[in-house]
Amino acid sequence: MTKRDLLSMDDLSRDDVDLILDTAESFLPILQRDIKKVPTLRGRTIVSFFYEASTRTSSSFDLAAKRLSADTIALKKSGSAVEKGESLKDTILTLSAYAPDIIVMRHPSAGACRLAARHTPASVINAGDGKFQHPTQCILDLFTLRQAFGRSLDGLKISIVGDILHSRVARSDIAGFRMMGMDVTLVAPPTMIPREMASLGVKVQSDLTGIAKADVIYLLRIQRERMAPGANFLPSLREYARVWGIDRSRVRPGQKVMHPGPINRGVEISGEIADDPDTLILEQVEAGLATRMAILYRTIVGYSDSVTEEE
Amino acid sequence: MAGSATQRLWCSRAAKADLFIRGARVIDPVSGRDEVLDVLVAKGKIGAVGAGLEAPEGIHVREADGCLLIPGLVDLHAHLREPGGEEAEEIATGTAAAAAGGYVAVFAMANTDPVIDNAGLLEGLAQRARSEAVVPLGFHAAVTVGQKGERLTEMVELSEYGVAAFSDDGVPLPDANTLRRALQYASVTGRHIAVHAEDRSLTRGGVMHEGAVSARLGLGGMPSIAESMEVERALEVAAYEDARLHLCHISTAASLEHLARAKAAGVPVTAEACPHHLVLGDEAVVTLDPNLKMNPPLRSEADRKALVEAVADGIVDCVATDHAPHCPDDKEVPFEEAPFGVTGLETALTVLYDSLVREGRLGMSTLVERMSTAPAAIAGIPAPSIAEGADADLCLFDPDHTWTLDQKTVRSRSWNSPWWGAELRGRPVLTVAAGRIVWDPGA
Repeated sequence: MTKRDLLSMDDLSRDDVDLILDTAESFLPILQRDIKKVPTLRGRTIVSFFYEASTRTSSSFDLAAKRLSADTIALKKSGSAVEKGESLKDTILTLSAYAPDIIVMRHPSAGACRLAARHTPASVINAGDGKFQHPTQCILDLFTLRQAFGRSLDGLKISIVGDILHSRVARSDIAGFRMMGMDVTLVAPPTMIPREMASLGVKVQSDLTGIAKADVIYLLRIQRERMAPGANFLPSLREYARVWGIDRSRVRPGQKVMHPGPINRGVEISGEIADDPDTLILEQVEAGLATRMAILYRTIVGYSDSVTEEE
Repeated sequence: MAGSATQRLWCSRAAKADLFIRGARVIDPVSGRDEVLDVLVAKGKIGAVGAGLEAPEGIHVREADGCLLIPGLVDLHAHLREPGGEEAEEIATGTAAAAAGGYVAVFAMANTDPVIDNAGLLEGLAQRARSEAVVPLGFHAAVTVGQKGERLTEMVELSEYGVAAFSDDGVPLPDANTLRRALQYASVTGRHIAVHAEDRSLTRGGVMHEGAVSARLGLGGMPSIAESMEVERALEVAAYEDARLHLCHISTAASLEHLARAKAAGVPVTAEACPHHLVLGDEAVVTLDPNLKMNPPLRSEADRKALVEAVADGIVDCVATDHAPHCPDDKEVPFEEAPFGVTGLETALTVLYDSLVREGRLGMSTLVERMSTAPAAIAGIPAPSIAEGADADLCLFDPDHTWTLDQKTVRSRSWNSPWWGAELRGRPVLTVAAGRIVWDPGA
C-alpha cells in the first residue's frame, strides 16, 4: 500500500472528508466511557515533531494517539538536535529510523511537511506549516459545524474575520468550507488580505457590513507581532477592536461564533463573547480529539469504506 | 583613453579543432543564412561553408543530419561563485556547464566572496580563468565597493584590466544618486551599468510573485511593482544622463512598457530576459519545489506572455541565464527557507527551443540572435558567426535528442534547476568555443 500523507486539504476528496467525519463520530462514544481507550492502533508508532509552539494541536494529537493505544514520541524544537543546527531532512531521516507509521509535524515554513514526506516512508500529517495549511484544524472545524448544523453544510454562510494574510487556518478552512458547498466571506483590513484572494471562490470585504447574514462568524487571532515597528499591518489594536472586533452588539441571537484559538480577549473578540456558552469555541477544542483520532486511524488503515471500525 | 580598452575574455588553452560538419541546417543571424550546408573547421577557424563540400582527407567528419548549426551562445549573466562559493560552483564547473549548453562565452557576475571590486582581485580571477575556464570567460566588476552601495569602484582602472561591465547584481543600488554617478562613470569607461531593479521595501519577506498563487500558498509575495517602479526610475536616470544602462532579468509586463517607451525615446538601454521567466509562470510554484525559487520570481502568465513577445520583437535585446548555483544541501530545505536562484546554462537553449521555437512563437534565427549576436554586442565582443575566416564559435543542436538533467549528465556542481530530473527534448551535441572543441558528449 502506498503511504497516505495529509499535507493540505488538496490531499482529501469530498468522500475522504466525509469518511473522516463519520469515523470521528463513531469514536465519540469511546470518549464518553470511563476507560477511554481502544486497542485499534496497538503496536503502531506515531511521532510528533513541533518546530513551533502549540497547545491544542500537539496535546490533542498526543491524546488521540494514546486513546487508540499507539506508541507515541513527542518532540519539540527546543531540546532537540534542531537547536544544534540539524537540518529538517536529517531530523526526518533520523526519526524514520524508528520506523514510525505516522509523523505529525508542525513547522514555520510552508512546504516543510511536503519536504519531510519526500524523505520518509512514514505518512506525514501536517499539523500546520507556515501560513499555508492546517488541514486537521479544518477537519475539526467541519466536524464542529456538522454537530451544530447537521450533516449537510451546503449553503451555510460563514464569515471569516481577522488576519487572513498570516493564517494557515484560513487557507485550509476556505478549501474545506468550499468543498462542502458553504458560502464564504472574508473580512479584514486590506493589509491583512492577500491580493487575488477572491480567486479561491470567496467574497472579500474590508468591513463588517452584512455580518448579520452569516450563520457563523469565524474569528482569527490578531497576532501581536504584527504590530512590530514598520510592519504597518494595523495602526493599533484599539482601532482594530473598534472596527473589526466582535462583541455582543455585533452578534445576533442564534448566530454561532468560532475561533481556532488562542484568543486575544478585547481584540478580535470581546471577553463577553469569549465566555458565552453559545459559541462553538470549546466544541472546537473537543472536536480536535475525535477528529484527530479519526485522521490517525484513516491514515493507517486507509480511506476505504469497506474497513469497518473495530475495537 | 580608458574607453578604448577592450572587454576581455580569458580561457584555458586546448588544441585548435579540425573538423568537418556535414549536412547541418546552418542558421546564422549575422550572415542571414538558413540552409543545409557543410562546414569545415580548420585550425580552429571556419575554413569553408558551402553545399556539397569535399571533406579533406583524414579529417574527423561529423554527420549532422537533422541538426541545427548555430553561432555559439553568449551569456551576459552567470554566477560562477568563484571565489568563495566553490561548494556550489567554480570557474571550471560553471564553464563546463556553459559548454554543455552551447555557450562560447560567459560573463560572470561580481557578487562573489570577496566581491570583485578592485583590479587585484580581477587579475587573480583572470589568472584562474586562464587555467580553468573551459569556454572564454569575461567578468563584471561591482559598481560599489563590496556591493555596499556606498563608494563607487575604480571603474576606469577596472576597465583597463578588461572588465566587460559593472553590476551590483544580487543587491539593488541603494538610491538614484548612486546609479546616476555610476552611469556618469560608465560613459567614461565605455561600459554599461547592469541593474538589478528591485524595491526591497516592497519585497521584504517575499519568496514568490504576489498574486493568486501566493495567496493560495500563504507565501510572502513580491509584487510586480517592486521591479517596474525601479525599472522606471533607472530609465529616467539613464535618459537624463544619456548613459548606457542594461536591465538584468526583466520579468514584468509593466517593466516592458517602461522599457519600450524609453527605447522609443532613444534612451541608450538594453535588457535581458531569463529562460525560466520565458518558460514558466508562478502557477508552477504550487509544488513548493525550491528549484522554482528565484529573484525576480516566476511571474503571472500575462507577464510571461508579454516577455515572450518582447523577446520576439526585440524590446528585450537578449536572453541571459542568471545561472545561480546553490549546493544541494542549501536547496533541500522548505521553499521559504531556500536561497533564491536557479541554474540555467545547461538548459537554456533546450527549454527555449522547446517552448518557443518548436511551438512557433519565435523563429530559430531570432532566438539565436537573442542568445548570441545581441549579447555579444552588448558585451562589446565580436559576434560569433559561421562565416569563412571567423573563429570557430559554434553549437550543433539536435532538436530531437531526448535527455534528462540528472546526477549523471549535469556539468554544473549544483542541481538547482527547475528542470532537474525532467525529460527534455533538444540538446547541444557539440560546442566549439574559440576554435576548440569544448563539448562533445558523443565522442
